Amino acid sequence: MKIILKSSAVLFSVLMMGCGGKEEKKKEGFSVDRAKTTTEQASPAPTTSDTKPSETIDLTNKGVGPITSVSLTAEVDQEMAKKGEEVYNQMCLACHRVDKKFIGPAPKGILERRSPEWVMNMILNPEVMVKEDPLAKALLAEFNGAPMANQSLTEEEARAVLEFFRTL
Amino acid sequence: MKKHTYLVLGLLGFAALLTGCGNGNQGKSSSGALNSSNAEKVYVAPGEHDEFYAFFSGGYSGNLTVYGLPSGRMFKEIPVFSQFATSGYGYSEETKPMLNTSHGFVPWDDAHHPDISQTNGELDGRWIFINGNNTPRIARISLTTFETEEIIEVPNSAGNHSSSFVTENSEYVVAGTRFSVPIPQRDIPINEYKGNFQGALSFISVEPEHGSMDIKFQIIMPGFNYDLSHPGRGKSHGWFFFTTYNTEEASTLQEVNSSQNDKDFIAAINWKKIEAYVNNGGGTKMPANYAHNVYDESTHTATSTMKKEVLTVNPLDVPGAVFFLPTPKSPHGCDVDPSGQYIIGNGKLSADLTVHSFDNMIAAIEDKKFDGEAYGIPILKFEDVLAGTVKSGGLGPLHTEFDAEGNAYTTFFISSEVVKWKLGTWEVIDRKPTYYSVGHLMIPGGNSRKPFGKYVVALNKITKDRYLPVGPEMEHSAQIYDISGEKMELLYDFPTHGEPHYAAGIPAELLAPKSKKFYKLADNKHPYATLGAADSKVVREGKDVHVYMSTIRSHFTPDNIEGVKVGDKVYFHITNQEQDFDVPHGFAIIGANTSELLVMPGQTKTIVWEPKQVGVWPFYCTDFCSALHQEMQGYVRVSPANSNLELSWSLGD
Repeated sequence: MKIILKSSAVLFSVLMMGCGGKEEKKKEGFSVDRAKTTTEQASPAPTTSDTKPSETIDLTNKGVGPITSVSLTAEVDQEMAKKGEEVYNQMCLACHRVDKKFIGPAPKGILERRSPEWVMNMILNPEVMVKEDPLAKALLAEFNGAPMANQSLTEEEARAVLEFFRTL
Repeated sequence: MKKHTYLVLGLLGFAALLTGCGNGNQGKSSSGALNSSNAEKVYVAPGEHDEFYAFFSGGYSGNLTVYGLPSGRMFKEIPVFSQFATSGYGYSEETKPMLNTSHGFVPWDDAHHPDISQTNGELDGRWIFINGNNTPRIARISLTTFETEEIIEVPNSAGNHSSSFVTENSEYVVAGTRFSVPIPQRDIPINEYKGNFQGALSFISVEPEHGSMDIKFQIIMPGFNYDLSHPGRGKSHGWFFFTTYNTEEASTLQEVNSSQNDKDFIAAINWKKIEAYVNNGGGTKMPANYAHNVYDESTHTATSTMKKEVLTVNPLDVPGAVFFLPTPKSPHGCDVDPSGQYIIGNGKLSADLTVHSFDNMIAAIEDKKFDGEAYGIPILKFEDVLAGTVKSGGLGPLHTEFDAEGNAYTTFFISSEVVKWKLGTWEVIDRKPTYYSVGHLMIPGGNSRKPFGKYVVALNKITKDRYLPVGPEMEHSAQIYDISGEKMELLYDFPTHGEPHYAAGIPAELLAPKSKKFYKLADNKHPYATLGAADSKVVREGKDVHVYMSTIRSHFTPDNIEGVKVGDKVYFHITNQEQDFDVPHGFAIIGANTSELLVMPGQTKTIVWEPKQVGVWPFYCTDFCSALHQEMQGYVRVSPANSNLELSWSLGD
């Protein structure tokens, strides 16, 4: 008997939903305060205070990987940057929109926060970076655990992408 | 009844053990897998690699499986002749043409004899070939991608069994017919077989750089059953040898009627002579209809072309090219030793092995010592070509492989054993039981000029009690033996998928370094590829809707699609934008009447979906790709057929 009552209640509510949806805009979803708290993901990052890893400025850290030194010319090498943009559009764009946070952070302004070596090592050696570089590790946590994919760029291609970042 | 069966089996096993131990000083070492040092020999520690690749034909699975030796671990099933829902092979738009034939789309075959390409008679590890027995076809599989690249149908053939063996420099992969048929096919009474049916032996050229196959010529032979074959090598390079049975030309109750003659033949074919004849304009072009299917790695797409002509050769038109070597008792296996001197015919109804001598054969041909002819083809005298007989004491010899030390190993189906014997002296050195009823056996390189004689694997036909029972149907069992010493040692026992007939092994160091890790996106020439996420789009062409979709951990671009209607035919062209080793993405959509797609990095694959119901339908990634794999999903909104909703697509907006 109880079962019948219960199931008829369910049926009734299903019917209600079925009828109620007459293109009438309902309030979407439900509302619970589920904003992320800072304690939720204990970040091992070298971030002090409330600065997010993505906003942390660290221009001395070169990261972990094959790149130990990059020298940037005073002027942007436009030809190299153009090549870098092509590589970026094919290999990176799916997760990194140029000027807004998407799956991963936006590259715009990255060289104000990171050393060129760090950027190239993040491109060329992401699996090791997210394990051994404290900042990369913290970024992985900030970006929801979405791993930076190793897109198997050559050093030359990664260098071109870096040059493209300088134009942003 | 059951008890009786076990009792009989037990007695057989006991008898086998007894014969196994009968050789004096074997003592404890013959206790096989009970010996802990044997366990160490097959133990490949976690993270370490096997010493050999072994490619087992899948038999009625239609595919090829890849194992490691000595561990017996299976690494991959390579789809060849059968649709394979796991990857979408034969279901995806790109691979459906691979299974096209003159009989239309044939989604299955019976795959028998893998053989690895050779250079100078040694395994070169470029390709592996395998035959489809039922709807005659030969496939070529790349040993860098481990994927099927080409399938050619064989006309005028039926039961493509004495195949797919390669010549010493992979000049040809050879396909012989087991069943003779009317050539060309025509409507005649079956009992007019004799003299009217014929057997085609096809020599398929292999282009040296890319491996492309083309039927160079077919030799139209008398209507026997051409059972197995192997190429000459070294001194006998340029010849090919085929066993025959049913030289009685029976068309019914072959079980009895094909076993009347005391001797059938090994057909010796001087293919170099026929090649020269053909190159000089010889042969007859005959109308035919057969499919040639080629998979292009850059477009990730196969095409199927119907060929309309085949060059046939009447053996009587090329004197000195074809001879028959009388061989007792319906020979099955036809194996040539590493030197090329000995041709072993295993009379399957005999206890003895017949070994022919290549030198004797050439001498007899030069002296024209013939013992009559069959349909005009000279028959040599048995005694003139015989090199020796191996008096093994076993029953039902089938196949022989070789080590590098001048020893041969022959399987005996009826007495369930492998017998090791010495080439030249014909003495039996050792014998070990198999479990049970062994068919082929395989030594890596064991049918080439350079065998790697460390292990032999016995491929058994009957499993019975070897593993935990799983109902009436069981996988077949294989046993691996250490053959590095004088006596063989049974090391290990492992199940194999489908019904492996033959297998081919090769040292891992010859393949592993060149195994492809992923496809380069920059090399992707698929017409519907999405090379960058910005290129994602949805295009309507009448009722066809093309979705250019890309994947990367862990989302689809786009993941929301609206404007699809009932009655549309939706092509999902999925490009995996990952460029890293072992990061496939899957694609599956509710209600698809096909299969999933498993898309390798840099690859594009297409599946068709024909929505029949209005609604909002999900799709998702089937391959656990990252911590956010469960989030890798999307929706397609399907509106009624008469809806005016425009196509739209998005991701994250």
